[in-house]
Amino acid sequence: MAIFDKPNYDFIKWRWHALAASTLVVVAGIVFMIARGGMPLGIDFTGGTIVVAKFSQAVEVDRVRAALESVPGEKVIQSYGDAADNAVLIRLPQLAQEEGTSLEKDARAVVDALNGAGLPTFEILSQEIVGPVIGRELQLKGIYATLASIVGIAIYIALRFRPAFAIGAIVATLHDVLITLTFLAFFGYDLSLNIVAALLTITGYSVNDTIVIFDRVRENMRTMRRDPLEKVVNTAVNQTLGRTVITAGTTFLSVLSLFLFGGEVLHGFAFTMLVGIVSGTYSTVFIAAAIAIILGNSQGAGAGAAVAAGAPVKVKAATARRS
Amino acid sequence: MSKNLRWKLLTIVAVVGLSIFAFTPPAEKIRLGLDLKGGVHLVMRVQTDDALRVETEASADRLREALRTQAIGVGGITVGSPSEFRVAGVPTAQDAQFRQALVDIDLMYDRSQSGADYTFRLKPNVVTQLRDETVNQALQTIERRVNELGVAEPVVARHSEADQILVQLPGVSDVNRAKEIIRSTALLELKLVEQGPFADEASARQAFANNVPPDMQILPGNMDTAAGGPPTTGYYAVRRVAAVTGRDLRNARPSLDENNRPAVSFSLNNEGATKMGNFTQANINRQLAIVLDGRVYSAPMIQSRIDAEGRITGNFTQQEAGDLGLVLRSGALPASLTYLEERTVGPSLGADSVRAGVYAASGGLVFVLLFMLVYYKLAGFNAFVSISINLVMLLGLMAYAGAVMTLPGIAGFILTIGMGVDSNVLIFERIKEELAAGKNARAAVAAGFDRVFWTIVDTHVASLIAAAFLFQFGTGPIRGFATTLTIGLLSNVFTAVFVSRAMFEMFLSRREQPATLSI
Repeated sequence: MAIFDKPNYDFIKWRWHALAASTLVVVAGIVFMIARGGMPLGIDFTGGTIVVAKFSQAVEVDRVRAALESVPGEKVIQSYGDAADNAVLIRLPQLAQEEGTSLEKDARAVVDALNGAGLPTFEILSQEIVGPVIGRELQLKGIYATLASIVGIAIYIALRFRPAFAIGAIVATLHDVLITLTFLAFFGYDLSLNIVAALLTITGYSVNDTIVIFDRVRENMRTMRRDPLEKVVNTAVNQTLGRTVITAGTTFLSVLSLFLFGGEVLHGFAFTMLVGIVSGTYSTVFIAAAIAIILGNSQGAGAGAAVAAGAPVKVKAATARRS
Repeated sequence: MSKNLRWKLLTIVAVVGLSIFAFTPPAEKIRLGLDLKGGVHLVMRVQTDDALRVETEASADRLREALRTQAIGVGGITVGSPSEFRVAGVPTAQDAQFRQALVDIDLMYDRSQSGADYTFRLKPNVVTQLRDETVNQALQTIERRVNELGVAEPVVARHSEADQILVQLPGVSDVNRAKEIIRSTALLELKLVEQGPFADEASARQAFANNVPPDMQILPGNMDTAAGGPPTTGYYAVRRVAAVTGRDLRNARPSLDENNRPAVSFSLNNEGATKMGNFTQANINRQLAIVLDGRVYSAPMIQSRIDAEGRITGNFTQQEAGDLGLVLRSGALPASLTYLEERTVGPSLGADSVRAGVYAASGGLVFVLLFMLVYYKLAGFNAFVSISINLVMLLGLMAYAGAVMTLPGIAGFILTIGMGVDSNVLIFERIKEELAAGKNARAAVAAGFDRVFWTIVDTHVASLIAAAFLFQFGTGPIRGFATTLTIGLLSNVFTAVFVSRAMFEMFLSRREQPATLSI
């Protein structure tokens, strides 16, 4: 059985369209985020308090909101998980107080207010209080980790392949992170620790996909010495097309299972992965390969020339390994 | 079957056997993280400035005492920032004498002079050392307290920043009590009362014409409520230097006072008992303040010499008395703590998360395997076996390494399945291509594995780089994810390349010249 029988689509022809479309989405996303005052951050990064209370009977969110009227600050109150769980999430912004003994003050105020409002009995499912100090620390660490991971992967690719390929992979990965952030902002997810973890996973996944194609390009460069780089890359994309679709498809569906059945805690994580997988697959075919071609062509006329000018030592090493 | 192949199969059986042995029984061998088990995660900062200030005040006191005994009259000694004090108005005539006094008491301070004023600043290397010692002492004290709480598998460790401590208490339900026990400084001091109690702080100061001598301090305290009225606060003027502190404690345990109310009895070690005996002997008919964390709990009259035993009374409940005994036994914290982060997961949410995670992972696994069987037929079964062995190895290695399973860790399982599928698909597609190019089955399998091997290595290294930064970035649940992903990636290289190939070879070795592969 095969999904594609000897596929021969001209993906590379569409590279400028793809670059334009991606740029459009990314720019639109950035404009959207700026218009909304930046990427919405969860309490992990801003500091704040989240209390999740599970009631013994169904309670309308408005009743909870009324009960919390006395608690100061701009509150977010929404139902949590399945409607049958009767759980409500209450989020409060960062405390005015810098840090100290009063860290849990808001959480206590919420519990006291709920207790005093004549609502059905409840238990506290979870409670998260993040002080502003930790929030700032995590923000910086998240940004550093994402960038460092992209740079680390790029260095590896530059060593194993060619610098132009590393740049292609970096651009593709950044593209995936930005597209995913755009979707997160658009669908109203706040950036949390779990979502940053998913973004880091996406960087790994996206590069994974890119490497499979680059590996094939490297191999084709030896057998298709006379062909232009466009053709070499396009052949590689087509040769790996079956694998790309099957892997992306199966991974997408297993993460979909996580999204559907994995529970409320992993919802944001799974959503990020879903967007990232689609974007990562697309960017491998259209962005990474296109950039590698554009940069590769500016270095030499054809594939053979590019190899000669590029990294003859590495190609030799690769040949030796396979013989 | 060739000898080579037999060795390969034996290796696989051994790896699977060891893995299963490592995680059996799973309920005991696989450690669950806080997000799955329920519990509390706390990050706190040790206010190391407190310890510096104590050091600076003690040094200033020593200097004050030395100057007094040598009759060097200075304008005044004041403690400014936690690591700095100033001596004002050193008489020019006594300057040399003053400097000699400094040499004698050997201060760890850098000295600077401007006219008759001296400024002493704690040496930078001493500051660093003191801060570090303070955090370590706090860590040890918290460890003792947490151990006395009787929590299974607690974590008490230094956290990312130098002055932060992470505490994780799985399965703790009364978070506020745990926090109080960890946080209470529990500094016990026995100090001589000079005057008091006063009704408020202002009148206490007025008793000294608003100029409290430097060797005295005003402390709030509990008024005696033996009569049964509501507790009120009074103020005492006490000596700044304690006669005996909690450092000289031998033991502390809950007991009852003469009115049968919960109290805490303590006993002192030999050194403390000697100090206490001499002190009480010299101060009969004066009041002794029992001060805990800067608050006077009671101020009984010293009626006779007291040696080793004492009692703290207050309006305690039974549990408060028990907890106070616990924190006194574990020793005082060298500095106060402030909480920076607190995450509590109730046990029911943890159980729900386990269920949801297992459903999602099984759902994903079943779907993927069905697809592989339909799409790749017999070779799909091959993938099924190698992915299953991968998961068994993942569980085994996690149990062996003592890694913690978290909810994002379950997502790591799902991604490991994804990586397993990817490697198998890469290989199978390549074998198909080689078959289409006219190679026979045996040559196609060999070429498929050989050609794809470096692709698999490259993709896995790239993913491992991402996982390493993930580990660096995250705490708790996310670390669990990074660990699962890393172990999954490593075991996947083994299963996709070694196990899967051995299975193909086993199939091929049965026939002399197999014409077709079921792929």
